[in-house]
Amino acid sequence: MDCVEQKDTEANAPSVVDRYYTRWYRADLKGKTCEDHCILQHSNRICVITLAHTHPILQDGRIIKSINYQISNGCSRLNNKVSGKSKRGGQFLTDFAPLCRITCTDETEYTIYSCIRGRLLEVNENILETPNLLLEKPSTEGYIAVILPKFEESKSITENLLSREEFESIVAKRTVDQSQPT
Amino acid sequence: MLPLKEKDKPIVQKLLSAGCCARCVLRFCCVSVQAAYRKPPQDTLNELQAFISKPPEDPPSKRAKLEAGPSEEDAAAAVKLKDEESRVCVVCLGILQDLCGPAQALKVCTVKAEKYEFDTLVLSVSLPAQLCVREVSVSVWCHKQTPKSIAVDRDDLIQVKEAFKWIMQGLVAKELGGVAVVTRSVFTRMAVVKALEKIADAKFLKHYPSPPAQPTSSCIPQDVQCLHMSVFVAGRYNKFCRSLPQTPWVIDGERRMESSVEELIAAPVLSSFRSDGFNFSSSGREDVDVRTLGNGRPFAMELLNPHRSRLSRAEMKQLQETINKSSDKIRVRDLQIVTREAMSRMKEGEEEKTKSYTALIWTLKPIQREDITFIDDIKDLTLDQKTPLRVLHRRALAVRQRVIHSMNTRFLDSHHFYLGLKTQAGTYIKEFVHGDFGRTKPNLCELLRTDTDILELDVESVDVDWPPSIPE
Repeated sequence: MDCVEQKDTEANAPSVVDRYYTRWYRADLKGKTCEDHCILQHSNRICVITLAHTHPILQDGRIIKSINYQISNGCSRLNNKVSGKSKRGGQFLTDFAPLCRITCTDETEYTIYSCIRGRLLEVNENILETPNLLLEKPSTEGYIAVILPKFEESKSITENLLSREEFESIVAKRTVDQSQPT
Repeated sequence: MLPLKEKDKPIVQKLLSAGCCARCVLRFCCVSVQAAYRKPPQDTLNELQAFISKPPEDPPSKRAKLEAGPSEEDAAAAVKLKDEESRVCVVCLGILQDLCGPAQALKVCTVKAEKYEFDTLVLSVSLPAQLCVREVSVSVWCHKQTPKSIAVDRDDLIQVKEAFKWIMQGLVAKELGGVAVVTRSVFTRMAVVKALEKIADAKFLKHYPSPPAQPTSSCIPQDVQCLHMSVFVAGRYNKFCRSLPQTPWVIDGERRMESSVEELIAAPVLSSFRSDGFNFSSSGREDVDVRTLGNGRPFAMELLNPHRSRLSRAEMKQLQETINKSSDKIRVRDLQIVTREAMSRMKEGEEEKTKSYTALIWTLKPIQREDITFIDDIKDLTLDQKTPLRVLHRRALAVRQRVIHSMNTRFLDSHHFYLGLKTQAGTYIKEFVHGDFGRTKPNLCELLRTDTDILELDVESVDVDWPPSIPE
C-alpha cells in the first residue's frame, strides 16, 4: 500500500470526527451554567448536535432515567419525517428550539437545544433504547440530532458559535473562578 | 409524362393561379413519383401548363401533341410560364425552386472540407414554421374552390420536406461519391403542426389569408451544419492514486483537486476521434481517497460529434497505450468501441453485481491474532445502513439493507489489520467500519467491541463481466 503513515500503536490516530468535522460550541445554554453543547459541522454543511464534555449530564456519575422527544403537546421530534433529496417535511428549528428533555435518576432535568437554525433531519432513537450510549459516547453514538442548515446560511450559522479554542478558554476560566476563594 | 388525372386539372389550374410553383403543384396533387420532382422546374411547369390547356381527349393524341414539340400556342404559353416561374412560390418560398439544385448540393457538401469519415448520411432539413401555415392556407383554398368530390385530402399531400429530400439526397450523394443516404424521421415544428391539425377551416380563415399572400422574396438559406452521431468507447480503469476524484471537483468555480479520472482518460480519446466533447459514466464510483485495483472498473464514454468514427484494433491498442503512458495515476484496459445499447449492461453492474475490497483497519483497543479470526467465518451479514452523514446533503434519508457476503482478515499489529470484504453493490464500506455514529448496524466496532476506524480502502474487483476483455 502506498502512503502508509506510521500510525502510533497507541490510540492517537485522528478519529472520524477529527477528520471530517469541525467542532463548534455553545456554552451555558439559556443562561444555565455549564449546559454546553457541541455542534459537529461536516464539510458538507450537515451538523450533528451533541453534548459537550462539560455538560452536567456527563458529570458526577449521573445515570439517565428517561429521554423524551415530546417537547410539547403538539410536537414530538420523533414524528419528524423528511422525504426526498431536498428533505422536505423536516421540522424547522431555530437556535433555541428544544430537541429533547433528559431526566436523570437524581431528579435533575435538562433540555437539549438545537443551537443552530436549520431543518431537523433525524433524532437519535438509539439513545431511547440505550441511554448509556449518551454517557459513554456523547460525541458519536450518543449524538442527539442531525440538522441541515439552509444552503445560504451554512457559513453564517457559525457566527454565533464558539470555536474550540474560544470554548476551551471559557472552560478554563470557569475552573479558575471556581477555585477563587469566595 | 406526369401521372396526373383528369380530375386534377381544376386543382392544377387553381394552384398555378394562386402562385404555387410547379413542384408544389405536384405535391398538392399527391404525385409520389420521385423522378417527377427531379426534372428541371421549368420543364415541369411546361408540362403542367400543357396539361391544363388541353381539352379532355384520348390519351394517345395528348401524348403525340406533347412529344411533337412546341407549337405557336405553346410558345405563347411558354412566355407566360417564364414570368410565372420566376415568381417566388407562395407555399415553399422558393425552397423547391432555386434552393434545391446542384448549386445548393455543392454547398451542403461542405462536409467534405471538415474531413468527416462516414459510410452513410442522413439529410436533416429545418424549414421555417410559416411554411406549415402557407400549406394549410393553400389546402383550405383548394377545398373551397373545388367540388367536394375532388377535395384535396391532406393526408395524401407530399410534404415540402419530403420533396426537398427527394431532390437533394440524390444530388448530395452524387457529389460525395455515392454515399448511401439513410432516411429517418427528423424534428417537426410540433407546436405549429399540432395547432394546425386542431383548427377548423373557418377559424383558420379568420386569422390567415387564403390563398397565402404573395411573398416579395424567397427564403434565404441559413447555414449548413454537420453533426456526427455519437461514438461510444468503453473499457475498464484502474486508479492508483489516493488524491484523484473521478470527475472534476469544482466548488464555486474553483477547482479543489487537480485533474480527475475522466479527464485523464478523455484527453487522448477526444484527440484521436476528433470529438468536441464527452459524457463519462461508469459502473459505480469510488471516493477520491480509494484506489481501484484488479481488473478495474467498467466505464463508457459517449463521444460527441466525432470527426473520426472508426479506429482499427491496432489503433485502439495504440490509444490505450497513449492513455496509460500519459499518467501513472490511472490505467485503462479492454478499450473498445461499443454500441449505445451496451451502456445498459454497464449500469446493470452498478445495482446488481458484487464488489470486493481491502481495508486497513485501526482498532482503539489492542488486539491479538486470535481476536479477529472469527470474522473470517461470518457469511452473508445483513447491514441496515442509514444514509451516511457524509452524503446526506445530496441523497435522501433512508435505511438501506446491504449484504456483506464474506470477509477475511490479515493481522498486522496490535492496532492494525487488513480486512478483505466481498459485498453487495451499494454497500458503504467506511460506514460499516466506523459505524457512522451508530447509524450503520451492525458495524465492525460492535463486532470487535472497540472503536475502529478505516485508514485506507482499495477496490479489489468490480464483478461485472463487461466490457468483453481484449487480450493484451
